Amino acid sequence: MAAQAISKAPSNQKTMTMIVTKGALDWAYPPFILGTTAAAMGVNVTMFFTFYGLPLLLKKLNLQVTPLGNAAMKMPMMGMHIGLPNIVGAIPGVDAACSVMMKNLIKRKGVASIEELREAAVESDVKMIACQMTMDLFEYKLDDLIEGTTLGGAATFMEKALKSDVSLFI
Amino acid sequence: MTNQVLDAKGLNCPLPILKAKKALKDVPVGGTLEVFATDPGSVADFEAFCRATGNELVESTQDKDVYRYLIKRLN
Repeated sequence: MAAQAISKAPSNQKTMTMIVTKGALDWAYPPFILGTTAAAMGVNVTMFFTFYGLPLLLKKLNLQVTPLGNAAMKMPMMGMHIGLPNIVGAIPGVDAACSVMMKNLIKRKGVASIEELREAAVESDVKMIACQMTMDLFEYKLDDLIEGTTLGGAATFMEKALKSDVSLFI
Repeated sequence: MTNQVLDAKGLNCPLPILKAKKALKDVPVGGTLEVFATDPGSVADFEAFCRATGNELVESTQDKDVYRYLIKRLN
């Protein structure tokens, strides 16, 4: 296993590590965009999913976005940019409606879906580590997560982060 | 002589780069990949991608809303 990893990573290869802590539809984009792009640029990428970032590894994704408390979320509508007052965002069903709108917008603008980006990440050998503590805390099993996911803790991440050229917390 | 053509029109960041990377795998070393895109951000991105991966951006041109890149695979 170790020999395989070494042979795949030339000594001059750049490495990037990322901690992914947020799993909302909007927050899922930066880590997956950077992870897949870095991998396409020949970087060895490791993503560590913890807390609310962990559900991004679930086999079936159902990502949602919330306008609640999201002051900068203005959607392009009728030639304007419209935000929702918090009191409207708090009404049941508004999150679901906003999520559908956001996904339609994403599709219309030719932006990749998170499912697509995650698949590209897996294809380009981005290493996905699920935080064991989060798995215990929120009661997830390795079986719930996509294939290729490995388990690890803070020390697992730190060992890789210490040797990496770029390390991000998202 | 273009070995491969990639139509990335209508796609947004980072898809043109991801698809170009994938397409480059099927281009022999020394061969070229021609990419068409409509994402204005792809101009700077293809320059950076080629610099970082050690491939040569032979041409970067624009015809109305369509950007065209000619990438020579060097490794």
